[in-house]
Amino acid sequence: MILASAFGFWFNASRGRIKGANSAVKAPALSAAELGTPFGSRVTLLQFSSAFCSPCRATRALIADITADMADVVHVDMDAESHLDLVNRLNIISTPTTLILNSAGVEVGRAIGAPKRNQVVTALASVV
Amino acid sequence: MTNTLIDARGPRFGATLTTVVLAIALVTHWPELIALQLIVFAVGAFASPTKTPYAFIYKKYVKPRLAHEVPLEDVRPPKFAQLVGFIFTVVALAASISGIDGLFTAAVALCLAAAFLNSAFNFCLGCQIYLLFTRLTQRSNATV
Repeated sequence: MILASAFGFWFNASRGRIKGANSAVKAPALSAAELGTPFGSRVTLLQFSSAFCSPCRATRALIADITADMADVVHVDMDAESHLDLVNRLNIISTPTTLILNSAGVEVGRAIGAPKRNQVVTALASVV
Repeated sequence: MTNTLIDARGPRFGATLTTVVLAIALVTHWPELIALQLIVFAVGAFASPTKTPYAFIYKKYVKPRLAHEVPLEDVRPPKFAQLVGFIFTVVALAASISGIDGLFTAAVALCLAAAFLNSAFNFCLGCQIYLLFTRLTQRSNATV
């Protein structure tokens, strides 16, 4: 019970925290064709969701709300299960996972778990 | 496609009751209680999490006392969690019947940990294991 509690506190604190990507990787995470839509002119938020995931729904609504009036940001919500090739290649382990891609489609960060509003806003502002 | 949305607090209340029941079963080593919990899981997994006795208690006694706006969630994540609980309790019961006490304890303890995390931290089991499970089964299919 104590172990589970410790895990629970750690787990909740770590969800949604946005980690920077390995800056050595300069290749696009995926092509616009795989994305199914052109990249955002500044940022693309690529969210991976699955059917058995409650926070995916909340994350989708949150990001849609934040990016609604941002013309240079594209938000794509992808069903992980039907894109397993991408899931394997991008090493998506749990849902929701949201990749932050720059205008070239290179991953500059990712949020594992449901991010909070200020985390998304900060991450969006940090991409030039 | 429209998915059924349910009151998100119902499954979480259910997880709290499940935690209590599993904790009692673990401490007293009580297979009959696990059998009852197995039935609850089966109803949740194969009918709906809104049809379990716990959901009934929630609707009748808890929900009327809650004033806030109803937070909605997709019915599929809690349904998946009930299925995982069902599998764990089947393993626990089978272990008990075949006299493997260690496995009974382990299965009930894992199930208890998951239910407790769900109840106290809103832990989403499907988010963590469903994709991993899909990736693993996909990989084994590809190598066969």
